[in-house]
Parts: sequence; structure tokens; C-alpha cells
Amino acid sequence: MTTTDIPRPVDAAPGRAVAKKRPRGAGSGGLRRAVSATTLLWILACLYGLPVLWFVLSSFKPASDLFSYPLTLVPHNPTLSGFKAAWDSANFSQYFINTAIVCVITTILTVGVSCCTGYALAKYDNKWLKAFFLCILATTMLPGEVMLAPEFLVVRNLGLYNSFAGIILPAVLTATGCFMFRQFFLTVPDELVEAARIDGARELSIFLRIMVPISRPIMLTLAILSFQWRWNDYIWPLLMLNDPNKFTVQIGIQSIVGAQNINWSVLLGASVISMIPLIAVFLVFQRYVMGADINAGLKD
Amino acid sequence: MTKRASAVSASPPRRRSKYVLAPLVLIAANVVLFALFFVWPAVIGLVYSFTNYTGVGAFQFVGLDNYHHLFGDSTFYDALTRTLLYAVLFVPLNFALSLAAANLVVSKHAKGTSVARVIFFIPWLLSPIVVGVLWRWLFGENFGLVNYVIEKLGGSAVPWQSNADLSLLVVVMAASWAWTGFSMLLFIAAIKNVPTSYYEAASLDGAGPWRQFVSITLPSIAPTSFIVILLNTINAMKEYPVFVALNNGGPGTSNNLLVQYIYETGFKRGQIGYASAASFVLMLILMAVAIVQLIVNRRVENR
Repeated sequence: MTTTDIPRPVDAAPGRAVAKKRPRGAGSGGLRRAVSATTLLWILACLYGLPVLWFVLSSFKPASDLFSYPLTLVPHNPTLSGFKAAWDSANFSQYFINTAIVCVITTILTVGVSCCTGYALAKYDNKWLKAFFLCILATTMLPGEVMLAPEFLVVRNLGLYNSFAGIILPAVLTATGCFMFRQFFLTVPDELVEAARIDGARELSIFLRIMVPISRPIMLTLAILSFQWRWNDYIWPLLMLNDPNKFTVQIGIQSIVGAQNINWSVLLGASVISMIPLIAVFLVFQRYVMGADINAGLKD
Repeated sequence: MTKRASAVSASPPRRRSKYVLAPLVLIAANVVLFALFFVWPAVIGLVYSFTNYTGVGAFQFVGLDNYHHLFGDSTFYDALTRTLLYAVLFVPLNFALSLAAANLVVSKHAKGTSVARVIFFIPWLLSPIVVGVLWRWLFGENFGLVNYVIEKLGGSAVPWQSNADLSLLVVVMAASWAWTGFSMLLFIAAIKNVPTSYYEAASLDGAGPWRQFVSITLPSIAPTSFIVILLNTINAMKEYPVFVALNNGGPGTSNNLLVQYIYETGFKRGQIGYASAASFVLMLILMAVAIVQLIVNRRVENR
């Protein structure tokens, strides 16, 4: 977002106060503060950026150079052989397609269902809606990982074992998504709904024609979050999928890590490839994540 | 909070229960999903935790046997204490790092905040598996960058992988690093909502930046802090993929956490009933955490 720096007169005021007496002192004080804040910021940023940088640059090294001392940050003869080996090995391209299918379908369903639920929770006033809201709240406290075994049995009894539906359906209901939409629709004035009603619009067409279009930013935010959750999901696909042709990328990477002798060249290549879609999506839609008031929904 | 808001702004009472069909249609999908994938597993999980079910065939009710065994099982205790230790280390570290990052990013003195914000956020985009791989690559005992630097500086190689405690520490750092982005976003939103007049008043009274942070920022963002702590505690209690990719719960089984324990008893050894009992213990812990948080939060907000 561009609104990074909301003017905060935290330190501007003393600057001004001093400025009245000693104009030059204020300037150097501000400068000193700017230097220290910037230095701290970038030291911390390096701590976060360097591991990723080292990892990505390592993946461009040929397998023979990975462990050769002295270690160098920038590869001497950069090569794509690690990526090629990873892509060709063990069905990785298939895993990639599988994960993309699962992510896209789940994301579309999650956004649609959360939008409907959030709108109902925000704009209708019924006892049972409030009760359902509490139920949704409960799901945040008890995530799927906690009920691994029974949830597995339920999905198996529904006949969804070893199918994409078995990964997609349990993931569609998300409390965060419902909260985000509810919170957004609470900010939409009730008069808008009332006016449409007076004009004779039916309830569902008010939702579809007016509310869905204006909630586009929230949709994108939730879509990115959902895509990230599903792309990075590991344990549930691992339990649900039996057929190697249906494995997801994360399972593929873990199977390389789990091997007796880790093939680091392939592992680095596969990991970096798996990072690309999310980082690409994020960089394109950055402002929808960065600007999102995500906690708004979780606040109450 | 919302209740108060809707009480004030809501339209006349005629709105109440006038519309039934429309909201019902709108929430129908989620109600079905909630019943199928939340209520049903919770119920059969509770039932199976009193049986010796193995996932197939018949089963018998064994009463509280599973729970008895569980509390006598030293492996379970090890997993439980290790998980709690992990949570106790991870939650504060992540809290401090993301609060620091958020404060620096919103500071108007620092330069390049928008780029830095993206840098802080990128680790959150990586999957827990890739985070595990990345830190394994950094902290490899014989090949990692960290040990290489330590040796260059004249130290001796640190056994990051073969020492159980150091191994846990690496996971704590990795997870805190990876989760900073999300917590930071929550903090940024909260810090921006603090009225600037508070800071103006404080600086007129001569309060320095640190004093302002402690006396204004921290109390003002308390609700968000509780959310961050709650979410991170839940995340810590269910952590599994980072461990699996970083050290596979090792060395040996020393860093097997609860979810890994549940996974291995339930799915590798087929003791579904027993694993369900372990799940319920984890569930009770999470509920206790949530309730404590809720009470503390209420108290702080009503202060």
C-alpha cells in the first residue's frame, strides 16, 4: 500500500518545539533519529531477507559446487540444472498441476461461501445466526490438525479418500474468511439495503447485484490468503492421498527431504520452484494483502 | 464490540426475524460443511477415544483405558512437554520480532519501509516444509552457512542437528522467522489505529520515543497483542511440518511434538482410538488457552 507512512507526529512535535529555539539542532536530531531507525529497520530486514537470498542463490549452483569451500554467496557458474532435475524427477510437474487445481478450486469455493456467510452474519439479525457465528468462532480454536484421526475417518466414510474432493471440501469453511466478510459488510450502510428493498429488489438479488461487486477487495485478500494456505498445506494432503499421481508439491518436497541421502541440488531446485507461484501472486496483488485490515474480523 | 455497534446503528426492530429464507440460503453451504467436517469428527472422535478402534473392523468400548494409558505413557509426556516448551519459546520470540518489525515499518523516520515490509512478509509465503528445508540448509552441521561463518570467525562447529535442544532452538527461530509477516500485518493495522493526538500530548509532556511506545502504543494495541498471542499459541501447539522438514522430530524422537505423536500412533500404528484420546487432550489444552486468553482480554478491555 502507498499509505505506509501515516503522519505520526510522535517525534515531529518535539522537533518543532526545539526548532523555535535552535533551528539547526532540530535538523540534526531528526537526522540522527532517521539514521538509527533506518539502520535498525535494515538490520532486521537483512535477518529476514538473507536466508531466502542464500537459499535461492544456492539453487543456481551446480550440484558439484554446493558444498565446495569457500562458500560463496553468488554462484560462480550459475546453472539451471537443479531446477531441470527437480522438474523432471518424480512426477514433480504432475504434483505442480495437482496443487494448482486444488488451490484454485478451494480458493474459489472459499471466497464464494465466506462471502455469503459473512453477508448473512452482518446484515440479518436472527438468534440462530448469532449462534452459528459462535460455532464458526469455535472452529478457530480447534483446527483440523487437532482432530486428524476422526476427520480422516469422516472423509473416508464419505467416500472421498484419495480424491481431490477430500482435500478441497474440508478446507472450504474458514472462520477467518467469514470474519473478514462480516466485518466488511458491517461497514456497508444498512440504508443501501433498505433502499434496494424499497425499490422492490429481492433479498438474494440485493446480495448478488450490489453486495458482491462492492466486496471485491475483500475477495482478493481472502483469495490470496486461501491460495497460500492450500498451496502450503502438508499434513492433510499427506493423509488423504494415496496415489502418487495425485500428490501435491509439498508432499513431493518432503519425500526428497525424507530420503536417506538428501539430494540437495534437486531439493533446492524443487523448493525454489514451489515458491514461485505464491511469490508471483503476492507481488501482483501485494496491496490487497498489505493494506488489508485482517485483524478487524478477529477483533471481536 | 460489534454488539454495541449494531445496537446503536441497527435499524428498527422490525428487521428482526423478518427475513429467514434469505440468510438461511446464504449460510447453507457453510452450515453443511460445519456439520460434516467439524461436528461429525468431533463427535466420533470423542466416541472413538473410549474405544480400541483401529480404523477398520469392529471395536469395543474400553472406557477410560485410553486416557489411563495416555497419562502413563512417557512418550506422550515427552511430546507434551516438548510442545509446551516450543510454544513458550516461539510465542514470545515471534511477538517481539513482529512488533519490532511493525514499529520500524510504520516509523516515518526510517527509509525504504515499503521494500522492507515486503522482505519481512516473504517468509510467510513459504510453506512450512520449505521453511524447514531452508533452515536445514542454513544450519547443516557440515555444510551449512551458519557453521561455516562460525568456523571462519574462529569458533568450532555447533551441533545444530545432533543436539536435541539446539535442534529445537533452530525450529523456534525458523518458525518465528516464518510467521513474522502475518503477525506484523496485524500489528501494523493496530498501530495505525492509535490516535495520533495521544502521541502529540505525550511529546508535549516530554515523553521520549521509548516512553511513548511503552505507555501509549503497547496499551492501545493490547487487543491485537492478545489475538497474536492466541493465534500463535494455537499454531505452536499444532506445529508439525516445520519439524518434519527440518529434523524429522529428531535427533531420534526427542523433538516429536503432539501432532506428530498423534499422527504416528493413529496412522502409522493404526491406534485410532488411542490417537483420538491424545487429540482430545490437545483439544482441551487449546480450549483452556483460548478461555484464559478471553478472560484476560475482557479484563484488559474493561479496565
